[in-house]
Amino acid sequence: MPIEYYIFLCLTLFSIGVIGVLTRRNAIIVFMCIELMLNAVNLLLVAFSKMNYGAALAMSPNTTAGIDAQLFVFFIMVVAAAEVSIGLAIIVMMYRNTHSIDINFLNRLKN
Amino acid sequence: MNTLEILFYTLSAFAIISAIMVLISKNPIHSVLWLILVFFAISGHYILLNAQFLAIVNIIVYAGAIMVLFLFVIMLMNVKKDKEPQKQLLVKLIGVIAGGSFLTLLLALVKQNTSFQGRDVLLKEGSIGLIHPLGQALFTDYVVPFEISSVLFLSAMVGAVIIGKK
Repeated sequence: MPIEYYIFLCLTLFSIGVIGVLTRRNAIIVFMCIELMLNAVNLLLVAFSKMNYGAALAMSPNTTAGIDAQLFVFFIMVVAAAEVSIGLAIIVMMYRNTHSIDINFLNRLKN
Repeated sequence: MNTLEILFYTLSAFAIISAIMVLISKNPIHSVLWLILVFFAISGHYILLNAQFLAIVNIIVYAGAIMVLFLFVIMLMNVKKDKEPQKQLLVKLIGVIAGGSFLTLLLALVKQNTSFQGRDVLLKEGSIGLIHPLGQALFTDYVVPFEISSVLFLSAMVGAVIIGKK
């Protein structure tokens, strides 16, 4: 499978996430779109790792090229799990204060 | 067209359609359910790439833990669906146009780039995605970041409790 197909798929998923962040006002949906963008990047990292592994496999049969990218994806998932717990706590606190999860209410942080 | 290509196109279409449905669902709970489908499609892609460890971790962490957390928060808030604020149509249109031009720009850049042409992704073969080589690398070369991530989790847990208690 050519790498370009994977890049096209991941770019499409990432752009759908960007459009969601730009068009929705529900804070939880915006947060979910950020998760979607993270996952698109993860998929692209794994695809690139398999591309480099396939190229290195032709040179030597027991290479471990591309293993770093998969560990990076693992660490991205770790950080995303921590980020989600904090972000949802912040959204719950915001809902308790304003009784709404509209992100436009957040512009009162300015003053 | 062989089986792998059919699987790739099916999973890609599944992922993209579900991702679009995340955006256009009015009810947030439906959005969460569609997002879980996206994560399952991405896990299918991981299995296709023979990254079995990441496929399982993606299902357990994302579709299992994170999305349940989202569902829990949505049900806790009990947001009325008709009360949900909507952006103006013009702002929505501008957002879609901006995202579409972003996508077009990136696609054109990738299409022009010659270093990607002729490079293939190794599907369904290769052992680097299995648990044994990943675990060996994680506990030898990456043991310090692995331990630091446990501190990150501890601080996230303390932070979530403190923010939630106020």
